Amino acid sequence: MATIIIMITTTGITMLEYDFVRNALAAGGVVAIVAGVVGFFLVLRGQTFAGHALSHVGFAGATGAVLVGISPFWGLIALTLAAGLAMGLLGDRVSGRDVAIGMVLSLALGLGLLFLHFYTSFATRATSLLFGNVFGVDRGTVYTLAALGIACLVALAVIARPLLFVTLQPELAEARGVSPRLLSVLFMAIAAIAVAEAAQIVGVLLVFTLMVGPAAAAQRLTAGLGRGVLLTVILALVETWLGIALAYYSDWPTSFWISFLSGCAYFASLSPVLLTRRA
Amino acid sequence: MTAITLDNVTISLGSRRILWDVTLDILQGEFIGMLGANGAGKTTLMRAILGLLPVSAGSITVLGHPARTGNRAVGYMPQASAAVSARINGRDFVVAAANGHRWGSPLPARDDYRDADRALELVGATTLSKRPLTELSGGERQRLLLAQALLGGPNVLLLDEPLISLDPSRQSAVIELVRRLQRDLGITVLFSAHELNPLLGALDRVLYLGSGQAALGPVDEVITGPVLSRLYGSPIEVVRVNGRIFVMSGQYEVERGEHLHDDGHDHHHDHDHGHHHA
Repeated sequence: MATIIIMITTTGITMLEYDFVRNALAAGGVVAIVAGVVGFFLVLRGQTFAGHALSHVGFAGATGAVLVGISPFWGLIALTLAAGLAMGLLGDRVSGRDVAIGMVLSLALGLGLLFLHFYTSFATRATSLLFGNVFGVDRGTVYTLAALGIACLVALAVIARPLLFVTLQPELAEARGVSPRLLSVLFMAIAAIAVAEAAQIVGVLLVFTLMVGPAAAAQRLTAGLGRGVLLTVILALVETWLGIALAYYSDWPTSFWISFLSGCAYFASLSPVLLTRRA
Repeated sequence: MTAITLDNVTISLGSRRILWDVTLDILQGEFIGMLGANGAGKTTLMRAILGLLPVSAGSITVLGHPARTGNRAVGYMPQASAAVSARINGRDFVVAAANGHRWGSPLPARDDYRDADRALELVGATTLSKRPLTELSGGERQRLLLAQALLGGPNVLLLDEPLISLDPSRQSAVIELVRRLQRDLGITVLFSAHELNPLLGALDRVLYLGSGQAALGPVDEVITGPVLSRLYGSPIEVVRVNGRIFVMSGQYEVERGEHLHDDGHDHHHDHDHGHHHA
């Protein structure tokens, strides 16, 4: 036992000596917090599928951006943001419609594929866009992710109360002068940026693992809002950092480990043992 | 000063005219039972009083001011919606509505918690504070919604179908609770319902909507054949049995029929042993 702990600690220390690992942990930490908190509201509002679709639209944005010579990250953000604003404006007419969202999602993936087809030497890039490549994150990207993440969280903090009100009690909130559409637009814009951030870590296909998994598990485990947000962040951080460490040891993909841990946490939260003790 | 005044009010939804040139005064401290067929405009009228719906003609005055959204003097309990499916505890659910319209701080203020706790106590729902919404019964959720309506100490309470989908004993518990609150707090209550009989002991006056018209007055003056025939646009007979009132259209009881329409088959058994159509 002791030798295992020493082994893990020493490997842990050597692991931290590498810049790319430190960058991965920093980027993963920032994104876990942002995706966790924003995802908590996404789950509460029942818009998880919309969040999933946003990331696919982002894929078309990223591949399209490379085609015209722009950084894929900004292409991804531009298109998720545009799609988020559109979903917010259309409101319930779209965000609750699985079929409409599913069609937009497929269309976006198809477009992304077309853009890839034109840019043939793009195969590795495609994999990292689709499934993430957290060890490829450089220092500059960490700063960008941190700046965008802070902007996201500040904006969310400003609208949090009316957003929660209109989510839980739409008619009463409207009678109190809250505009559901305005909040829907603002929130979807925030969610779009969070999705774009999450896609940098786990890729566009797996944003669910960071945006939805931790929040859904936390909401099963506690019915308190403050505690729910806190637990979401803790779960997201643990899943991300542990996932990165496991990927470093095993040389298996990070996104596999994060999605695996996220899935484990969620399915464990469904277990009847934990359900009886929740309050 | 009246609690709610409608002055030659016409309200339309699209091309459909819901209310046509209605004038009435609801006094402060009154318990008004609002009745009428589905689509007669009960919810529409409440939304107009809340300022959520513009009137196409006339004016609505609430406590001396034109109807507008954001009026803290008006408490509102919307029809219980299935949308409330979040696993969130009772206290956080109520607090979310306490000054919940305010931007800026993500956390409720201490006063908001105090307000929520007071409202929970008023409706006897303190024990629901820690329980997740998803695990509450219809009646328990109803009390949380009522607590939200009482936040900020309103003078006028608009309750949209609080009895819907509750069994008879829960129905009378809700009515008693609202009646007690209305007296203790000295507030005006507009209470919409499908059936008149459960409300008979509680209401001061009845407001009956139909065919774009409204009749407001004591039960004995409004629930009569001539008045209701005018509101329904068809011959209506009112039958009184042992202090209960049945509104009949031909051989069918009007309210029962409405009830059946609204709830579908969920409450079929209610109708089987209620009474028989002779």
